[in-house]
Amino acid sequence: MPQHKLTQLQELESESIHIMREVVAEFRNPVMLYSVGKDSSVMLHLARKAFHPGPLPFTLLHVDTGYKFKEMYQFRDWYVKEVGAKLTVHRNEEAIAKGMNPHEFGVARCCGALKTGALLEALEKGGFDAAFGGARRDEERSRAKERVYSMRDGFGQWDPKNQRPELWSLYNGRIHDGESVRVFPISNWTEMDVWSYIKEENIPIVPLYYAKERPMVVRGNHLIPASEGQLLLEGEEPKMVMSRFRTLGCMPCTGAVRSSATTIEEIIAEASVATRSERETRIIDHGSNSMEDKKKEGYF
Amino acid sequence: MTHSDPNIELLRLVTVGSVDDGKSTLIGRLLYDTKGAFEDQLQAVRKEEGEGADGIDLAQLTDGLAAEREQGITIDVAYRYFATPKRKFIMADCPGHEQYTRNMVTGSSTANTAVILIDARKGVLQQTRRHTHIISLLGLPHLVVAINKMDLVDYDEAIFLTIKEALTEFCARQGIHDLICIPVSALAGDMVVDRGNNMEWYKGQTVLETLEGIDVSGHIDACDFRFPVQLVSRPQTQELPDFRGFMGRIASGTVKVGDEIMQLPAGTKSRIKEIVAFDGNLDEAFAPQSVTLTLEDEIDISRGDTIVHADKAPQTAQEIDAIVCWMGEEPLSPRKKYFIKHTTNTVKAMVSEIKYRTDINELTQDESADELAMNEIGKVSLKLTSPLTFDRYADNRTTGSFIIIDSFTNNTVGAAMIC
Repeated sequence: MPQHKLTQLQELESESIHIMREVVAEFRNPVMLYSVGKDSSVMLHLARKAFHPGPLPFTLLHVDTGYKFKEMYQFRDWYVKEVGAKLTVHRNEEAIAKGMNPHEFGVARCCGALKTGALLEALEKGGFDAAFGGARRDEERSRAKERVYSMRDGFGQWDPKNQRPELWSLYNGRIHDGESVRVFPISNWTEMDVWSYIKEENIPIVPLYYAKERPMVVRGNHLIPASEGQLLLEGEEPKMVMSRFRTLGCMPCTGAVRSSATTIEEIIAEASVATRSERETRIIDHGSNSMEDKKKEGYF
Repeated sequence: MTHSDPNIELLRLVTVGSVDDGKSTLIGRLLYDTKGAFEDQLQAVRKEEGEGADGIDLAQLTDGLAAEREQGITIDVAYRYFATPKRKFIMADCPGHEQYTRNMVTGSSTANTAVILIDARKGVLQQTRRHTHIISLLGLPHLVVAINKMDLVDYDEAIFLTIKEALTEFCARQGIHDLICIPVSALAGDMVVDRGNNMEWYKGQTVLETLEGIDVSGHIDACDFRFPVQLVSRPQTQELPDFRGFMGRIASGTVKVGDEIMQLPAGTKSRIKEIVAFDGNLDEAFAPQSVTLTLEDEIDISRGDTIVHADKAPQTAQEIDAIVCWMGEEPLSPRKKYFIKHTTNTVKAMVSEIKYRTDINELTQDESADELAMNEIGKVSLKLTSPLTFDRYADNRTTGSFIIIDSFTNNTVGAAMIC
């Protein structure tokens, strides 16, 4: 009898597809959060595989803060068209009109308004009862405790001490009116899995992930992109640095790393010897306990 | 994060034990020594006083929630990831206290290998017997026992052998035959990833070597073909006006184009026309692949049905017996109605009888029990509103398991294994 074996990436892929199909079968109105980053690219690719040969049975939702990199908007509009998906963009226009920014109001308030607030608003407006997100458990220690189906109350809040046990591959999708779930189909993927899969499947990603000479300011341990619209502190002088981004968030709060990796193979080689986590360049995670607190408030 | 070869296999394991056994230290050690934890994550938990690997409180790495760090306990299952050039590991880390039996059952349900810890000073305790019993109930094929804190018993081989012997005898009675015992000092790092210099007398493999060598297949491809239908795909697009495919994840076995199949519970037969996949159609598919099947005949199939080989049908019944681990705050009671979710099927059920409750410490059966409280395990009979297509859990972990859902709160209140 021939040996039938899946590689670990194939097994992860199959698990993710199974999760997505369960959600589409059991929920009334699912949506996929699409943040334009590499994890979203992988999640979207998996969704295309899951529902092939049919079209995607849900729309993509981009919660836009207005502070994303120009390359991210360009990539988003091109790729969504390329794969024939439907995209909704939602912004907290009220907060944007008031000039919400992390420098004057602080990172916590800015994220609270432009990300968590906008997300909750968009989910309510769309009447979505399930929202796919590309979060991974290896990213951050409170996410290590997260379920694949993350129950949220009427306010979108997470209660880590009161989670449903999740057994075998049996996901409990029964909810009351007003409740919703966040579903994380790539929970079990690591950063390395994501990169390896992007390479194996030839998945397009935003060019910011590849190293290039970019204008940067050096602020403490961080390389802050000095792109258009970026606030510089007094005395900061942009200079060209060969660099790339390991994760993509908002411009004011996402640092770059020095790198010469211009191909996916070189990115993988870098990731395989990385001694610091990718979230280190994300200012949102720092401060005491912050990811856990944000998730309790409704962050994804 | 040292692996880069996409062709390596995946091992899902569960680690069980209490903080006192040094479990978090063992896991921290595995993560640290395989570079499964990053420097900035380590820095966040670095202590001033030395606590094992280079002054890091390894336990703090695994306790993710604020309440856990404050109280120095592990509340819930945490999932950890690490990899070596040979294998990727997904580790469900479970607390070992009695009240957290439900977490251990949860963590074990997706694993095929368990790692349990024993404190070498204490030997086989009631807690060890409880853990071992749950592992045997959940049908995990492999058990690795790390006999930890060998540094505190002067690395004495005789102590290791005494514990190993007691455990081997106990496990055999539980039906666990693949048992591997390893003497370990997680704190000093002996026999976890590196061998260390303190136990020359031990000739077996380290914990990591053992985990790298375990057979991960579970041989589910060799079992009978089971395909629970998740979704019916009818794109009705211009290119595919008449396409009708059945989407699902193969629970066990293999399937080929042309195979004669049967749909259950109705029993209608047909043949496999195509095995549709994004990267091109396949001639053959096997568990646990997610695929889409099309059939030669137009037969009525919907979510909740199971496609099987016509000559290898599972059982279909409306009354079943199962071992249940209860997880709800309200006890399981014979008068109540619940939902059960089995593969892709959700049906209403009523507990008709509690056959017995297992005393998880003494491993005796109490036949007079009339309810199961949280964290209790017992055998029950259920009556269902419509028939289920199933196998015994001992034969098939996917088609033999279900969860019990409270019909009022919608919470998952039980894990059940069909017997």
